[in-house]
Amino acid sequence: MPALDLVANVVVSGILTGLVYGLMALGLSVIFGVVRVVNFAHGEMMTLAMYAATVLFAAFKLDPFLAMLPVAAAFFVFGYALQAGFINPFITRPEHSQFMLLVAVAIILVNAMLMIFGPDARNVQVDYQLDSYELGPILIDKGRLFAAAAAVIAASGLFAFFRYTLTGKAIRACADNYLGARVVGLHVKHLYALTFGLGAVCVAIAGCAMVLLVDVTPPLGPAYTLLAFVIVIVGGLGSMGGALLGGVLIGVSEALAGLFIAPSAKSMFSFGLLILVLLLRPQGLLGRRA
Amino acid sequence: MLSVHNLDLYYGDAQALDGVSLEVPKGEIVAIVGANGAGKSSLIRTIAGIERPRSGTIAFNGTPITGLESHVICNRGIGQVAEGRQVFPSLTVLENLEMGAMIPRARGDAKRRLDEVLALFPRLKERQDQLAGTMSGGEQQMLAIGRCLMGAPELIMFDEPSLGLAPLVVQEVLRTIHVLNERGMTILLVEQNVAVSLKISQRAYVLENGRIVMSGTGAELLHNDRVRQAYLGL
Repeated sequence: MPALDLVANVVVSGILTGLVYGLMALGLSVIFGVVRVVNFAHGEMMTLAMYAATVLFAAFKLDPFLAMLPVAAAFFVFGYALQAGFINPFITRPEHSQFMLLVAVAIILVNAMLMIFGPDARNVQVDYQLDSYELGPILIDKGRLFAAAAAVIAASGLFAFFRYTLTGKAIRACADNYLGARVVGLHVKHLYALTFGLGAVCVAIAGCAMVLLVDVTPPLGPAYTLLAFVIVIVGGLGSMGGALLGGVLIGVSEALAGLFIAPSAKSMFSFGLLILVLLLRPQGLLGRRA
Repeated sequence: MLSVHNLDLYYGDAQALDGVSLEVPKGEIVAIVGANGAGKSSLIRTIAGIERPRSGTIAFNGTPITGLESHVICNRGIGQVAEGRQVFPSLTVLENLEMGAMIPRARGDAKRRLDEVLALFPRLKERQDQLAGTMSGGEQQMLAIGRCLMGAPELIMFDEPSLGLAPLVVQEVLRTIHVLNERGMTILLVEQNVAVSLKISQRAYVLENGRIVMSGTGAELLHNDRVRQAYLGL
């Protein structure tokens, strides 16, 4: 049995990593909640954002937190264009053709990354990465803390956008009642594209933050897609708070699994949690009953 | 103001509208009556740009609007109070009203119009922070009408505004339509409640199986034997 302060350390680090996971999953949840399309390329987009951060770092010594701005802007444009150009025409088609479209995007992304960056792991080295804050017996990595803070700020920004801005309310209106949105003359396709763009921004910021915590390789893509699904289902599909909560739970369960069993057993625990939630609360922890 | 000419609409192979032509003159209430499935709602949805006709033309204020997207048509000044009210249940009453004024033509004047709408429906003012989904059917209908007015329409299409409402509430809805018309609003009214809609309209069309089979002033149709037998049960 590991010492208690070690467990506390691992839990804190799991919570911080989990907030970054949560931001990634938030993007998936928002896209699904509004556009009703499952983004099967979500983890691949996350990996692409991580590569973007390493490239900007290698070329311009740009800190990943500063890289968030250009990467988020580029991802917004990418997400908007993907929805407006490719997904909107598929909205009224059967689900399996939407599925194939996004799986195709995922495969193209992951193989393009393999071609461009090769199979070797890449990372960034910033000087604060090895520093930590001491809180009694608990050591908090600076890089991890900043990454989590960025995720919380981005998520709060998104909450505020949906709550207080007219465009945010209009997006919620589209999610609430598609026919109603068309009846009052909302430009639904534009709002859908905006939503996909915002989901991509979540992924961009989460990716830039994540590159401080793990090395990036192309196979992370499918793994993160799966992880985002698990988080969103645990938290409750379409619930924004649920995505963050699910992220934290998965982050903590992965960290504890690494401590008590073996780091390679971490997915086993995430999926165990998923099965438990599906059995006991199928709508997810914060999800509304259908 | 609105002229529809020879409109054909298909859902797949099934024909919903067959050569429908009609005129809605400025300042009038025009009613479309007909049984369930006659194509009344399809007609409204096609004019609104939610369905695309196979052929035929729709013109508003002299300009063709056939095949335009729904948000563009709304912005030309055609508002709609849809069947089933179609409010946004998880948005507040105030947010619902704000959504009505998102079209470019209505944005600048939204504040003033909000005051007007809240004055017209004091009930909505009392409940402005309540979620729309928690309101009664009658209140939701008032909200749907208020939301439509927020878009500064020149013509409002009402699709079954009395459906599912208590008789007293139906009276209130009809009175509201009447008041709007007296203030100069042009209205296209689709109703299953034939007697009532013929009474308040200046002109009416009878739709059967996607075709206009009869038209005339409300009073003419009200005294027409065929209408009386088929729709009024007299």
